[in-house]
This record gives sequence, structure tokens and C-alpha cells, in this order.
Amino acid sequence: MISRGQAVVLVAGFLVLALVPAAAATLNEPFYLDLFRRIMIFAIAAVSLDLILGYGGMVSFGHAAYLGIGAYAVAVPAFYGIESGLVQWTLAVLASAAAALVIGAVSLRTSGMSFIMITLAFAQMFYYLGISINAWGGDDGMRLARRSRLPALDLADATVFYYVVLAILVGLLWLGHRLVHARFGIVIRATRSNEARMRAIGFSTFRYKLAAFVLAGAGCGLAGALLTNQTDYVTPSYMHWTRSGEIMVMVILGGMGTLVGPVLGAAAYLLLEDVLSAWTVHWQIVLGPLLVLVVLYARRGLYGLLPGSAPRDG
Amino acid sequence: MTALLVAEQCLNGLQLGVMLFLMAAGLTLVFGIMNLVNLAHGSLYMVGAYLATAVFNWSGSFLLGVLFALPATLAIGMLVEVIALRRLYERDHLDQVLATFGLILFFNEAVAIVWGRTALFTRVPRALAGHIMVLPGVRYPAYRAVIILVGLAVALVLYVLVNRTRLGMLIRAGASNRTMVAALGVNIRLLYTLVFGFGAALAALGGLMAGPIYNVQPGMGEEILIQVLVVIVIGGIGSIRGALVGAVVVGMVDTLGRAFLKPLLSTTLGPVAAQSAGPALASMLIYLLMAAVLFFRPRGLFPAVRS
Amino acid sequence: MRTPRSAAVLVLVAGLLASQARAAETLKIGFITTLSGPQGVIGKHMKDSVELALDHLGRKVGGLETEVTYGDDQAKPDVGKQVADEMLKKHRVNFVAGVIWSNVLLAVAPTVTGSGTFMIDTNAGAHEFAGKQCHELFFATSWQNDQTPEAMGKYMQDQGITDVYVLAPNYAAGKDMVTGFKRFFKNKIVDEVYTKFGQQDYQAEISQIRAANAKAVFVFYPGGMGIQFVKQYVQAGLREQYPLYSVYTVDEVTLPALGDAALGSWETRYWSPDLKNEANAKYVGDFRKKFGYTPSYYGAQSYDGILLIDSAVRAVKGDLSNKKGMIAAMSRADFRSTRGKFTYNTNHFPIQNFYLLKAVKGGGGEVEMQIQKTVFENHKDAYYQECPMK
Repeated sequence: MISRGQAVVLVAGFLVLALVPAAAATLNEPFYLDLFRRIMIFAIAAVSLDLILGYGGMVSFGHAAYLGIGAYAVAVPAFYGIESGLVQWTLAVLASAAAALVIGAVSLRTSGMSFIMITLAFAQMFYYLGISINAWGGDDGMRLARRSRLPALDLADATVFYYVVLAILVGLLWLGHRLVHARFGIVIRATRSNEARMRAIGFSTFRYKLAAFVLAGAGCGLAGALLTNQTDYVTPSYMHWTRSGEIMVMVILGGMGTLVGPVLGAAAYLLLEDVLSAWTVHWQIVLGPLLVLVVLYARRGLYGLLPGSAPRDG
Repeated sequence: MTALLVAEQCLNGLQLGVMLFLMAAGLTLVFGIMNLVNLAHGSLYMVGAYLATAVFNWSGSFLLGVLFALPATLAIGMLVEVIALRRLYERDHLDQVLATFGLILFFNEAVAIVWGRTALFTRVPRALAGHIMVLPGVRYPAYRAVIILVGLAVALVLYVLVNRTRLGMLIRAGASNRTMVAALGVNIRLLYTLVFGFGAALAALGGLMAGPIYNVQPGMGEEILIQVLVVIVIGGIGSIRGALVGAVVVGMVDTLGRAFLKPLLSTTLGPVAAQSAGPALASMLIYLLMAAVLFFRPRGLFPAVRS
Repeated sequence: MRTPRSAAVLVLVAGLLASQARAAETLKIGFITTLSGPQGVIGKHMKDSVELALDHLGRKVGGLETEVTYGDDQAKPDVGKQVADEMLKKHRVNFVAGVIWSNVLLAVAPTVTGSGTFMIDTNAGAHEFAGKQCHELFFATSWQNDQTPEAMGKYMQDQGITDVYVLAPNYAAGKDMVTGFKRFFKNKIVDEVYTKFGQQDYQAEISQIRAANAKAVFVFYPGGMGIQFVKQYVQAGLREQYPLYSVYTVDEVTLPALGDAALGSWETRYWSPDLKNEANAKYVGDFRKKFGYTPSYYGAQSYDGILLIDSAVRAVKGDLSNKKGMIAAMSRADFRSTRGKFTYNTNHFPIQNFYLLKAVKGGGGEVEMQIQKTVFENHKDAYYQECPMK
């Protein structure tokens, strides 16, 4: 159960996000609509990572691979003339899920540092693959001529696109919430706590972990599809391991295992980056120690700093 | 593709492996003994390279650069441990990843502020600028031969230190059961700080040796960090022997892959396909190797035994 | 509780309105480059040159008060696009200039030109913009990627050099460079090797070169990769046996790190600090005085970018809404460029000379690039016929 403090934050946060387009229009600052939309897209990626990282304890350093797969799932069909959003986005989700199935099947046999490294390795392999495929631009990437065509919704309209992304984010949060509190989620969390015990009880922990891994990958694939539409562009750098690192930072900064935390983390990270880089070229020297301080003193991330947060599962 | 060329490439692979070992040894020590994921290891490598290069350029003596950089980086390492990392030993690996990632950003920028973003001028010390005829008709840079010797010497020293001295015994005991060792009256905090400092010095040694042949600029640590992580995962975390074997294997596979993969593929796929498949596959090779090793040995080749 | 907050909002709104009012009189330029990270050194070269151009123009471009906003793309296309969006929508710039990397330009330029704003490309030579994606609002003050290696290919072909070993990093620009080289170099190429982007150790490739019995080596290794390759090439003793020809590898950005290791390297470029013309002498001289280091072509291009904007705004007498007038003025390339007189092709890429450069010991004991001869005069790029603009 969430506390009153957290409920207030959730409602307030949703209201802020819902009102950004109106505020941006009133202040005549359309840039902020784009900025917050980008924040929400990365929030979707971060929330999907939280499912396996925060709840499952699976430190996947290769999550950006699904961002890239989802992104190419939109750009490549568009390149060949298929502009239907329903087709592209379904492909993004399915392709990412398939990739996650393969990667997870191999990686989940290991644990700890080995798991981190092998997921990183897979992401790098996708990255190098993306660079070598000349037909799809190699590392120059590809432009998206037209945003995905959705029935009745015109994504070229910045505000319409904004609300589509917001709807997907809210939907994902709700879905995640249901999943985490259902039997599936409880098994995942318990497995994180003590896998041997869960296996002794009779659960096939590998299958549950793989299922979570696939769901997380699918979610991130959808984020990738949205990202291509946001930038009107796709490039293999979406799959680089440093991207995975950034998404991970957003999850941990915001608060792992909270679902809403990663949204806060994405907002904090991207806003800080925007504000700091306008202020000084050496913005990384501020961001660096800031991260260290958050880890040392804000153990449950930004979400944990809010009043009334429940203690994290042991 | 002559036998001589293959032999020369094997030597190159060995040397690359030894370079990686110098970095990997410090990282695996810290990880294995203190269970700390230290992404900032690459930053210490960079700091060592910068300090040694700066002193070398100012004084003209490579030796002076070495003598300054090693203790200085050791001190910086210990300082970082006391200020930032000490509290992280009991924490999640994730927290350690985030905190050390923050340190990477800090060090990269600090170095850019002090020395600017332009790469520093480095050169091989005159005494080592010559060539030796290690194989008939092959002029091998003397400096690279020295790297191999230094690396193997370090491996020997570490082996003796960890397995044959009292200090090494304390370190291994601390890795096995920290509380017990503390209960026996050993100042475990000091021990950990010293071990971390020592790991930093090893990273600095790698950095200052790499300086004359590689690029000394902000971010140089991250370029090599991934390869080093691959090495310690293949070799087995916490094991010096694993780090050496893993490093040499990675060095060999990477070098031989870059040299011979494309010609080999040409014979089967034809030159045009090999032109694009060769380089793509060569860059993925060490990751495929790691995946293969982990498939059969999920904990690496020589995992250190921990209770 | 309420009063300070609403007062703050009022001040904010007033400030925004005020800044809007000023916009009509101030010329705003958004300059996108890489300022952080290891490639930030190139961004510094560009930013310093922009600042010098502003100084030379009395901080007034085209006679108008000028405000330059610098954006850091972190060498990432999606960040570059966000920065461009911010410049267009928040700062309401009249011109967007800069961009080092082709993949960032591919993300940024369509956004800029699509919004009816001028895109002045001061580095990235992506062939898409010289060909199919050319745009009336897009002007390059640099070159098209292929042109520079074309010049080297022609020189080596004319010299009768054969049995060349070619190396480049395995990414789009690397492949473009080799394509450009082969467009004019028709003699025997012993092998064409693509190495991993960002690779540090080239000993394996060096051994291969030795075993391949080549007579010369041609490479494209920008930035840190170039420093590493050239250093290791020289340390292996290869320079005496195989002369090193390169593009974008040995330049004012990498020379400080290479030092004597660069001596004897051949390059081709459209510009060099020692190119003799009045504008360049002033640029290089004042740059060295103000910043204490030698400028590179990245800087010269950025400097020219500001001068190009200046010439256009002057031609329409400050009327920034007269886009057609500014396009016509820019197309005439009627400004004192650091490369001397040049003209624009129909695709808004320069038609310019290319020179052969060699790294030699300069008067002051430093290693510098010096022009040896002209390879191409008024050279056009290979893509202009694909451009719909005629």
C-alpha cells in the first residue's frame, strides 16, 4: 500500500505531466513539451528496467539493446514504405520480446557480475551489428520520413503525440503495478530475496525470471519505437552500453523497486543534464559527485526521500 | 599468411594480453576481496597516466614520472576509498555501480579542467625507443617487450604476495570471512584501504605504461574498462591467475581475430562478404568468447573460492 | 504564502515578454558542437573561432546586436536534436550553425531547415546533404566528406604510387573516405582493412602491413585513433619503409599529442594555417594571440560560418525576414573566407581548391602542416547532380 504522502506525489506528478502542454502553450515555450515528452519516453524505458532490476534484482546492462530494436522496428519498415504505427509498434514489442527471450535464456544461467557482463556483451553485439548494416545507414543512422500513422491520431501534432506517450506511460505503470502485486510479481521478488528457498518450495524460478526479462524487454522496445518518433531519427548509438548505464542511473536515482521512482529518476537526470549543460561545459563534475551523494545518503533514491515511504523489501 | 606472421601476431596478442592483465589484476583484487564493483578503476588508470606523463614531459625523465605517479595514485586511491567507497562494501552492487559511475564523471572532468581536453603529448623514453629482433626479420619495439616483462613480473610478485606472505594470508582470510578476521584483532578497515590503494597503484602502472603508446586524454579509462571487465569475468572474479589467463586469452583472440578473420572468411564467403563480415565479427569476437566461456563455466575459468 | 509566488510568476512572464520584444532587434545564432567528453577539444576549437569572428565583427553580425547560444550535442544525434529543438523553440534563433558529426547533422539539419531556419554546416560533410537532401536553407562552409580523400587519391595516382595498404575505422565516415579515395586512385590496393571504431592498439594491423609488402599506406583515423595509430606506426619503425598518407588524421588537433611522430606525414586539405591570403593571416595571427594555440580547419570553417551569416544579413540590410535575399547573398559566397575566394555549387557546398600538406618542423621548432602544392583547383563534390536544386 502506498502512503498518503506518496499518493499526493503520484496525483500531483500526473497533473503536472498532464498540464505541461497547456503550460507550454501559455508561456509560448513549445520546447518544454518536447523536453517532457523525451523525459516520459526514457521514463518508460526506466520503468521497464525497474521490473527486472528493482524487483527482480537482475542487473541488466544491456537494456539499451531493446531501445535500439524498438527504434529500428519503426524506422526500417518506414524505410520500405510501411508507415502504419500499429504494425511498427507491434513489431517493436514482439522483436524486443524475442530478443529478450534469446538473451535471457543464455544470460540467466549466470548471476552476479557475470550476468552484468553478458548482458552488456549482447548489447554491444547488437550495437556493432547496427553499425555494420550499411543498408540501414550504419552508424549514420536513418531518418524517419513520417512519424508512425495511428488511426485517428496524428503524431506529427506535438500535443497529440505528447498525450499518446503519457497514456502509454500511465498504462505501463498500471500494468506494472498489477503485475508486481500479482502472484507473478511476488514470486519474482521472493526469488530476488532467496532463490534457493523458492526453488525448494517448487517454483521454476528460471521461467519466472525469463518471463520478467521478456516483459521488460518488450516494454523497452516500445520506448524505442516512441524514441524514433520523438527524434525522427534512429542510430545504433541508441544501443550503446553507455545508454544502458544512463537508464540504470535513472532507475537507481529515482528509487529502485518502486515503479514510480524511475519516472522521477528520468525527470531528474534529464532535467539536470539540460540545466547543468547550459550553465557550464564542465557539468559532469557536478553531476558526478551528486550521484555519489545520492547513493550514499538517499538509499532509496529520490522516491525514498518522500515522506511516508515504506521500507524496501529485504 | 606465413608461420612467421602467425608467430608475430601471437607475440602481439601476448603483449596486448599483458597490458590488459595490469589493469585486470587490480580490479579483480578489489572485486574479489572486497566485493566492490569499481567502475572508477579506469579513472585511476587515467590519473596514473596523466601524472606520469605530466612529470615526464616536465622533467624529461620517464623514471621520475613512474616514481611520482605510483605513490601519488596509491594515495588518491586510498583517499577515494576513505571518502566515498568505504560505506559501499555492504551495499548492493547496483549502488556501487552508480557511485563509481559518478566518480568516473568527476575524474574525467577534473582531468579536463586541469590539463584541458587536448590529448597530452607522450613518447616512449629514449632508452626504450629501439627495436629488438625477437623473431627473424621482425623488428619488435623494445618498449613493448618491456611491457611484457613488467607484466609478467607483476604477475609473479602478486602470486608471491597473495599466496606466500602473511599480508596475503590476511587478505585471503578477509575475503573469506571478514568478521572473523576482524574478531581476531586485525584492523580490517585499514587492510581494505591498503588493498584498494594497491589496486589503484596497479591501475596506475597500467596507465603509465600505456601512456607512450596509447592516447592520454579524458575518458581513456572507459575505452579499456569494458575489455578489462570481459577479462575478469572470463578469468573468474577474485583470481589473479584467472586474470592472467583471461587477459592473455582475450589479447590473443582479439589480435588473431583482427589479423586473420577476414582472410579466413574470404576463402569461405568470398572477398566482398568478408569485407563487411570480417570487421563486424572481429569487434564482437571477445564478447562471443565471453558468452561461450560463461555458457560452460558460469563463474569463469578459475573462480576464487569464497565462503 | 501566495504573494511571493505570484510575484515570481509575474516577473517570469514579464521577463519572457521582454526577451520576446528584444528578439526583433537582436540576431540570434545557435551553435551546436561537442563541448563535453573527449571530443570536446574539437568543440573548443570551433567555439573559440566563433568568438574570434564575433570580435572581428565588433560583436555585431550584419550590423545587428548578436547573441550566440552554444549547445552541447555530446556527440549523440538525439541530444543534438534536442539541443536544436531548444534553440529553435526556446531561444528562437535565426540561424543554426556548427555540427561536427555526420550522424548528428542527419538528425539536426532536417529539423532546422524544416522550421524555415538557416542551417550553416561548419564541419560534417555528409553526402546526403550534398545530394538528395540538399535544401535551399542549408549551406556548408566546410567540404563534402569524399572530396578530401579524392584529392589524396588523385595525388597518389598522379605520383604513380602503387601497392597501397588502406586502413580506416569501421563506420560510415570511414567507408566514405575509402570510397572517395578509390574514386581517383586506380592503381593497386594491396588490402583494405576496417578496424574497430575506437580501437587503441594497432600492433596487429602493423604486423599485417609489414607482411603484405605494400609500398605506401593510406589511412583515415580521426582524433584519438589517429594519435594512437601514427604513434605506434612510427614506434614500429614503419615510417622509413612505407610513407604514410592520410586524411583527417594528422592535423592541428592531433599534432600537439603527436609531436615529432607526425614528421613526414602527408595529408590533403582545403585549408592550412599557412594558406596565404589576407583573411587567413588575420584569422590565424589573431587566434594565436588570443588563445595561445594554432587553430585547425574546424575553427577556420566555424569562423567562415559566422562571416557567411554576416555577409547575408548585410546584403538584406538587417531584414531577417527576407530569407530569399539572404539565400541569394549566401550563394554568392561574397565574404572574405579564410580559404580565399571560392564559389558555391548548386547544392550549397563549396567549390574549392585542395592542397597537399606535409608535416614539417616549423620555424619555431614545433611540428606544423605546410602546403606543398595544389592538387585540385575548384573541385566539385561527387553528389551535386543528385541535388534537385539546379
